[in-house]
Amino acid sequence: MRDKTLTLEDIPQHIESGMTIGIGGWGSRRKPMSMVRALLQSDVTDLTVVTFGGPDAGLLCAAGKVRKLIYGFVSLDSIALDPLFTGMRERGEITVDEYDEGMFVAGLRAAASRLSFLPIRAGVGSDVPAMNPHLKTVASPYDDDVYLAMPALKLDVALIHVNRSDPQGNAQYLGPDPYFDDLFAMAADRCLLSAESIVPTDELLKDAAPQTLLLSRMYVDGVVESPQGAHFTSCTPDYERDEAFQSHYAKSAKDPEAWKSFVDTYLSGDEAAYQSAVRAFHAAAGTEGAQR
Amino acid sequence: MTITTADICVAAAADAWREAGEVLAHAVGTVPTIGARLAHATDASDLVLTDGEAYLMSEPPPLGKSAAGGGTIEGWAPFRRIFDILSTGRRHSMMGASQIDAYGNQNISLIGSWDQPKRQLIGVRGAPGNTANHRTDYWVSRHSARVFVPTVDVVSGVGNDRAAADTTGTLKYHHLGVVLTNLAVLDYDPAGRLRVRSIHPGVTAEQVKEATGFDIDVSEAVVTRLPTAEELQIIEQLDPSGRRFAEVPKA
Repeated sequence: MRDKTLTLEDIPQHIESGMTIGIGGWGSRRKPMSMVRALLQSDVTDLTVVTFGGPDAGLLCAAGKVRKLIYGFVSLDSIALDPLFTGMRERGEITVDEYDEGMFVAGLRAAASRLSFLPIRAGVGSDVPAMNPHLKTVASPYDDDVYLAMPALKLDVALIHVNRSDPQGNAQYLGPDPYFDDLFAMAADRCLLSAESIVPTDELLKDAAPQTLLLSRMYVDGVVESPQGAHFTSCTPDYERDEAFQSHYAKSAKDPEAWKSFVDTYLSGDEAAYQSAVRAFHAAAGTEGAQR
Repeated sequence: MTITTADICVAAAADAWREAGEVLAHAVGTVPTIGARLAHATDASDLVLTDGEAYLMSEPPPLGKSAAGGGTIEGWAPFRRIFDILSTGRRHSMMGASQIDAYGNQNISLIGSWDQPKRQLIGVRGAPGNTANHRTDYWVSRHSARVFVPTVDVVSGVGNDRAAADTTGTLKYHHLGVVLTNLAVLDYDPAGRLRVRSIHPGVTAEQVKEATGFDIDVSEAVVTRLPTAEELQIIEQLDPSGRRFAEVPKA
């Protein structure tokens, strides 16, 4: 079996400008933030980003990486809105496809099943079809229902962060919720995975149930070991959301000068520099970092 | 014991779930969350509660905490299962509304134009799917003409006029129940228009009309019931630190 381990520095080489990328997690939960940070440092641009949006959406949009954002919501969970995302929308600087969350899931399921669409009731009667004029309906051949034909959200690359993986890409989540990470992987031609730790295959189930094995290696193309790789989003049970730092992010994002300083301090070096700057932030603020 | 407006709102929220049966209570906001738990603790014990994360709870965790903070887990419902549950119709929502019109069209997406909003909000989230699949109620903690508007900027949750306009039968499960606010409980007349069902004690009909940005019928409004002594005790146990007063301040 192939060893698929990569480094974070390798990640941008696997993503081309103009691609459609899906990002796993949900809001400010188990987001592949270190891979997102690697993209921020790269020349990759003109992306279509498909996400249950959290800070991944705001950061990529604000860095000018995004041609179009496709989402059901963008939220930091404990903070309702992401100021980078809302700011760009309010300045008219970003193109979006906004869907109902269930429609979004149907789009991923269609792509994962290699169907061009899936019928769904959600969205009928709302303004979602008018906001997305490319949407068409489909009449049931069995009764009078007319459903929305949610087009497949086909992805070139999926980015996912999990608690553990083996070097071949058998991925394990240990928290309460798998989110839709397996669906993102199946909807994509390629999946790049980051994990808190990479362990030998025979250690995956030493202290966990088999249901924690979320992704088979057949869906995974590259694996990066990235401790704290979801920071500042949560990665239960390894750590919870870093609320103090997220709050600092959201405050900084509201003011251009403060944002420039945030980028200089946290987003202008590599991952080690980021993690080191976060430790310095907590030392100076007298706060604790992401806690178990 | 003084009865606060927040307590009256919690009891009214509980009433909304009282006949729901054995379905998932989806509550957005503190008052709806306490309301669902109050209904569950009194005569709607079949109601299914969540911790707001991935678990169904036969005993809810402390308010604001997930299952990790306590309570008894009775089931697993990660986000993927929520969409399965709502498709079966075994769910009943009480959500917020940034705007709502006379027919119950609700908006949580954005204010202003679609291409360049004046204020980008959270997105339509699950509102279209909720209203297409199961009963949906709304909770408005600050009843004002900025929320109750003649026309919403984005129809996120589908209103009664739009549901009626769908002649195909696709929206056969559409069901709007009540709109609960800090001033009153509203429901819908036979034509699907919002009307005032009851006004909270101490609030006048004039106040409700002035705080509503379209004509609203108050002619049949009664006074919203007070919580019973037992309910007040349970509310206090469910919310000992008074988180509900962050949504509905004490007078």
